[in-house]
Amino acid sequence: MSADLAEPPPPNAGPGAGPSVGPSAGPGAGPGGGLPGADLAEPPPPNAGPGAGPGGGLPGPAAAHAGAVRPGVPSGLASAARVFEHRAYQYRRAFRGSLFGSFVNPALFLMAMGLGLGGIVNARSPGAFSGVTYLQFLAPGLLAGSAMQQAIFESTFPVMYGLVWRRIFHAMYATPIGPQAIAVGTLAWIAFRLALVAAVFTIVAALFGALKSPLALLGIPAAVITGLAFAGGMGAFMATQRTPDKFSAIFRWVITPLFLFSGTFFPISSLPAALQPIAWLSPLWHGVELTRGATLGTLLDDPILTLIHVAVLIGLAVGGGALFVRNVRRKLAA
Amino acid sequence: MSSHSPSLPLIHARGLTKRFGTFTAVDAIDFDVAPGEAFGFLGPNGAGKTSTMRMVGCTSPATAGTLRILGMDPATQGPEIRGRLGVVPQADTLDEELTVRENLLIYGRYFGLSRAECGRRADELLDFAQLTERRNSRVEPLSGGMKRRLTIARSLINEPDVLLLDEPTTGLDPQARHLLWDRLYRLKQRGVTLVLTTHYMDEAEQLCDRLVVMDKAKIAAEGSPRSLIEQYSTREVAELRFPVGVQETLGDQLDGLADRVEHLPDRLLLYAEDGEAVAVAAHDRGLRPETVLVRRSTLEDVFLRLTGRSLVD
Repeated sequence: MSADLAEPPPPNAGPGAGPSVGPSAGPGAGPGGGLPGADLAEPPPPNAGPGAGPGGGLPGPAAAHAGAVRPGVPSGLASAARVFEHRAYQYRRAFRGSLFGSFVNPALFLMAMGLGLGGIVNARSPGAFSGVTYLQFLAPGLLAGSAMQQAIFESTFPVMYGLVWRRIFHAMYATPIGPQAIAVGTLAWIAFRLALVAAVFTIVAALFGALKSPLALLGIPAAVITGLAFAGGMGAFMATQRTPDKFSAIFRWVITPLFLFSGTFFPISSLPAALQPIAWLSPLWHGVELTRGATLGTLLDDPILTLIHVAVLIGLAVGGGALFVRNVRRKLAA
Repeated sequence: MSSHSPSLPLIHARGLTKRFGTFTAVDAIDFDVAPGEAFGFLGPNGAGKTSTMRMVGCTSPATAGTLRILGMDPATQGPEIRGRLGVVPQADTLDEELTVRENLLIYGRYFGLSRAECGRRADELLDFAQLTERRNSRVEPLSGGMKRRLTIARSLINEPDVLLLDEPTTGLDPQARHLLWDRLYRLKQRGVTLVLTTHYMDEAEQLCDRLVVMDKAKIAAEGSPRSLIEQYSTREVAELRFPVGVQETLGDQLDGLADRVEHLPDRLLLYAEDGEAVAVAAHDRGLRPETVLVRRSTLEDVFLRLTGRSLVD
């Protein structure tokens, strides 16, 4: 996944452009992995609607009094759906490259590490991964880890774009849309993107024979909540920033170590005994364990532990999301 | 429409105050805006104009005082009020990831309009904003004037009762400004209530039926541009520019020459009913300015009189 090599995108990168981490980015973390939002949101084609003729009148109060459609105040959920739709419009253009990337990146990583490196590991240490191949061990780790990375990107630059660079969140707030709908709609979009990336990853992993169980489909929601466990908190932090300067440091000192030492590439039992409890503090470890339980079909072997993983991830997602709402409100409604 | 009666002011403010910590941005101001009126806040940067506009736009809660917009209270009915306002912020907040037309479409969706209705209105507004040819172009390469016209078009997508414009022509070249004024004048003629801030006196004179002069968080004067000039200035002004160093030596040679004399760093302003006569009288006293300009009083003179400072440094 070489997350350590991933450079932060340039400050002018827009949300629709996807995180531009370059060719070193891992599965899904590449330039916007996933499918077009257009599938859900169905924005009209650019040329829809009647052409503006010379007689095109201006909507004004007169028209309003004559009984034209008056805008209303959308409900909270409908408001968040509008924010989601906005993101779908932005994403339409980045869709092709992003779809390609989200297929190619997992394929490359599973090939290089799962098959290449895995061949050596399997030959030298048969049984090291409790009866599964290294590829099967690695795939869910990569899935959860790339969901985390994707969520971090998606809650960094789009938030800067909305609050500081292009201030489109401010533009939204000049309409009936409120800060809560803006934050929730943003998180909903992130969840959607994570689901797409995880679905593509799951297909690729299945083609490689990296999945052991039909429960592997549950790896998709597991990856989504793993990402969301990070998205709210990161979004909340970025909402307090004037520049993305601290992003590099966060990525280098928080995200990359988590990525490497959360049971992603090797079991935490391989860590020195003193460090093992620390892994428990890593939200990603809970995500990796949950995802791995899905793809290996071991989720129900220890249901209590599975529930703990889910509870930790959802707790972080909800708590981070609440902080995100609060910070967006503070920024917009000063 | 709500139950709001047309005879009541659309915007009603009493003792409206905004404080950020210990800093008072708006200090207990009173004003009313009537339906169909073009109302302006004129003042230098930092006078409290933008803070006032943000309170009226229901995106910034008032610290104290009463504010009613369309008969509603921003503290409890912010979304309802915002649904009937159009806002043109000081800095463009267009989405550069989207095309010109998409910016209008998605904005209409925020007001709960159907996609078909958004499309219909977007095409009309592109025509109004003279952007039809650029409808499918990205926003980023547009000129400043085009972006501002797109922002105005966007603000009209919900057919607002009140249009709020914060410094609508700041940073635009003269040609773009005149085009924008023309569009705003057309809106005014259609009965759209305009509320704008500006630090350009010519803009205020062009667009505003009535305005308040703001300075240091307070309202210094209120009235129509003409009545403000009549009240606070003379009909004409003679501007005398002297060679460097001479202005400071004139002493009492100016006494009684005009109704009032303002000493600016680079010139003297002599206020009088008949500017030409003042210029002649100055010449008769032996004053030899390098240049003499006689002009009518403007809001700039009103501002100078009220605050002792120029509007734009």
